[in-house]
Amino acid sequence: MSRLNEANVILAKEIIGRYPKARSATIPLLHLSQQQNGYVTNEAMAQIAQLVGATSAEVLGTATFYEMFKFEPVGKYLVNICGTLSCALMGSETLLHHAEEKLGVKAGGTTEDGLFTLERAECQAACTEAPCLQVNYRYRYKVTTAELDELLDDLAAGRLDGEVPPHGTVARVRQHIPADKGVGAVHPDAVVAPPAWITEGAK
Amino acid sequence: MTDIPPVEEVEAPLVDPNEVRITINGHEVVSTKGEMVIAAAARAGDYIPHFCYHPRMEPVGMCRMCMVDIDGGRGPMLQPACMVPVSPGMKVDTESPATKRAQEGIIELLLANHPLDCPVCDKGGECPLQDQSFSHGPGESRYVEEKRHYEKPIAISDIVFLDRERCILCDRCTRFADEVAGDALIQFNSRGNNTHITTFPDEPFSSYFSGNTVQICPVGALTAKPYRFKARPWDLSQQESTCTTCSVGCRTVVQSSHDELLRYMGVDSDPVNHGWLCDRGRFNFESVKSADRVLQPLVRQADVFQPATWSTALAEAAGLILAANAAGGPKSIAVIGGARGTNEDAFAWSRLGHEVIGTPNVYSQMGDGLPADLLLLDRATIDQAATATTIVLLAPDLKEELPVLYLRLREAAEKKRSRIIEFAPKQSGLTRNAWRHFAYEPGTQVAAVEKALADPEIAAQLAKGSVVVVAGRGNLAETSTATVQAIRTVLDATPGSRILPAFRRGNVVGALQVGMRTADGGLDTRAALQAAADGKIECLVLVGADPLTDFPDTDLARRALAGARRIVAVDTFLTPSAKLANVVLAASAYAEKSGTTTNIEGRVTTVAQQVTPAGNTRADWMIATELALELGGDFAYETIDDVTADIAWHVVGYEAITPQALAAAKDGIIAALPPAMAAVKLLEAVIPERNSYDFRLVVSRTMYDQATGTANSPSLAHLAAQTAVHLHPLDLGKVGTTEGATVKMSSTRATIVLNVVADPAVLRGTAWVPFNHSGANVGDLIDCTAAVNDVRIENL
Repeated sequence: MSRLNEANVILAKEIIGRYPKARSATIPLLHLSQQQNGYVTNEAMAQIAQLVGATSAEVLGTATFYEMFKFEPVGKYLVNICGTLSCALMGSETLLHHAEEKLGVKAGGTTEDGLFTLERAECQAACTEAPCLQVNYRYRYKVTTAELDELLDDLAAGRLDGEVPPHGTVARVRQHIPADKGVGAVHPDAVVAPPAWITEGAK
Repeated sequence: MTDIPPVEEVEAPLVDPNEVRITINGHEVVSTKGEMVIAAAARAGDYIPHFCYHPRMEPVGMCRMCMVDIDGGRGPMLQPACMVPVSPGMKVDTESPATKRAQEGIIELLLANHPLDCPVCDKGGECPLQDQSFSHGPGESRYVEEKRHYEKPIAISDIVFLDRERCILCDRCTRFADEVAGDALIQFNSRGNNTHITTFPDEPFSSYFSGNTVQICPVGALTAKPYRFKARPWDLSQQESTCTTCSVGCRTVVQSSHDELLRYMGVDSDPVNHGWLCDRGRFNFESVKSADRVLQPLVRQADVFQPATWSTALAEAAGLILAANAAGGPKSIAVIGGARGTNEDAFAWSRLGHEVIGTPNVYSQMGDGLPADLLLLDRATIDQAATATTIVLLAPDLKEELPVLYLRLREAAEKKRSRIIEFAPKQSGLTRNAWRHFAYEPGTQVAAVEKALADPEIAAQLAKGSVVVVAGRGNLAETSTATVQAIRTVLDATPGSRILPAFRRGNVVGALQVGMRTADGGLDTRAALQAAADGKIECLVLVGADPLTDFPDTDLARRALAGARRIVAVDTFLTPSAKLANVVLAASAYAEKSGTTTNIEGRVTTVAQQVTPAGNTRADWMIATELALELGGDFAYETIDDVTADIAWHVVGYEAITPQALAAAKDGIIAALPPAMAAVKLLEAVIPERNSYDFRLVVSRTMYDQATGTANSPSLAHLAAQTAVHLHPLDLGKVGTTEGATVKMSSTRATIVLNVVADPAVLRGTAWVPFNHSGANVGDLIDCTAAVNDVRIENL
């Protein structure tokens, strides 16, 4: 099941169709595979390579650049506690240690029930709301240890299912762009005329 | 200057509109638009240190070593010379204090993580990083931290090993794999702090060109199995030579230590190989050192080979030839081969055949090429092919048979210089670069070409500019007639087009041009083998020829060798055919003899002797000369130069190719077109209808097969796959078989058993089998007199 399932292959082809060059769809397809499996599998990367006309090594090389693509199973909830300056000043270290105690894993680890993966993250661009954290990239601001306990309990109990989808889901709503609403970008090889800003500028 | 008299109507001096004048270190350099500063400086003799820049690949500016002070009009500033194109009035200072500081800084940074294991590193002594650390480095480092550690070394393919600790991330190997070879199987992984090169898990870097990455690696990160820990660079002696594995004629450097061949490196010959080699040509030197070489002449006595002295063996061989002559006259003697040696070897053997023995039956192709008279047509050079507006491929898979020609043509298509129109019975390595690909069922080439020519878009493309037809034998299981007609059809439809013969065997063009071809009424290889099978050949002389392995119709070869009354073989190995000989004359191999070779363009280049011939072997030309003496002919050759000079004297087209001229010509000399050659009679090609139950057989070669050079090179031998029949996935159901299953394949000749591979590259209704692979011999199925060969495939 680590390859894209049938429904997702159909989706993948739709996504590829939006781009003039198939390999432009590499990253959206990596997201798709992460949504399906919670992480990006080797089988999925090989399959994506075939779909977009690249080699598996090229897909791997592209995917591994991005921190947010995981190549090993992670928990249903990925908890990223910011450890950069503002949050550190506001006590994120205490928060992280508290989370480690509560979940029983060190930063970078996954709980045995496969529910949580804890990570120390770099700046999440919410310095005014320090200390902040993200659960599957959904923000929580000015988090106290008590709030963290409550958050983890709520997540474990499924009380936040409506708010936080499982790891890998970029958005619950997937856009389907009808062909006539596409931007109509042409393949770079099909471009013959110089761009308007050159031709117009010369006048 | 003031003395020059005024000239009336002074024409403005012709200024190349693309000319750009810049100043480098105070002196003016004439450059051209688009040239990078680093290239202009290199031409002007101002060396700019660099690691990632390679003149045959796109610049990337990865290593920052080429930072120099460039003043483009806004004052001097440090810029990477490999990424900045020249502009008028540009001032470059490669020795400014700022430049020196930058260079020292970069070296210090590169060495922060680079292990200083130079004493045990294969690259030590010829390492750009080592050299530039001495010439441009600070001499000491401020870094005291632990260096990064990786598993040492990992095998990224069967041949190439990667030590990531030594890697400086210059992007040369990955760029080569992607840009030049088209096999993007190695990539940067985890870009950022932990960037390192990897392959995809379980997908090795199995490129046919992987050895080039080892050559261009500027550190010791990539090493190749045949050379690892074998020698130190300062112990190597080397000579420039030409690879004769196929007929592209790549320039190489042959390196040895203590009289043992150790390594080949590509030499950048602009008209031929651009510095690249294929792995087969690069690594099959191991076969020269093989313990299975024939090291002394062998004479069959009471059905067992006995080692013999040269005088005994030559006398024995001469005796066989004289006896044959007495029994059936000179026309009952046939000389086959000569394409694996040098021009000199071929010339001496052709003189022996034509002049001394007096037989017209001399031929160097092995029934797997095209008629030699194609060489008389207006021939293109590789450069002309790689710059042609349109390249028409009516050839075998160039990636498999003439790999570096594939690189050149692929580059032409990738850079959008040329459009490729391919006609082939099976998709080839170049198919994905082809503008149009026409798959044809064997025998229907002419119809496919005519149909294509009728397409107005294709006709317009062909009329647009120069056209080069790359012509060769795409399928060994059909006669060459249809292919020749198809080639003629293209040539007739596009006046002014040129032909590049894709004949594959090492020096086949040279052998044909210097005389290893039939005289009037002579028998070519197929006809000679047929005559031998009919009992009409008294003596068969095999000059490095192995019909049992190389001739497509194995049954005919087998009957011929059984029917020939006497066989003299000249070979480096005891091949299946040589095993049947009465006398085996032990020949020297590549790099054990010098001479010249001719590539597909007709370019004559030198082949250098770098090591002492193994055992008691001799160069083919010496054997021919000695044998001629035994037979009453005196060639008066004492040195190889005598033969080269004699070729220049006697062979039309080779007049200018003297030893002196060759010594002066860096890239060799193109021989003029040869004189008329006796046209080989083409077999009538009446293409029978294919029975719908049958598959039309397509047989062609792959890079790694059971060829002696590959099979006797330990690093390459295991790369040759087992034979298998490749069918289109949709045809599997027709046979009722599945991938990997075993099937029975029968022709009118024989039945063989082999495995099935589902291969979408194969045309439906055809079955492709690689030639000369281990396992069942597809040659048993081929009838070389049939226009096409159909086979029936049944489930076992």
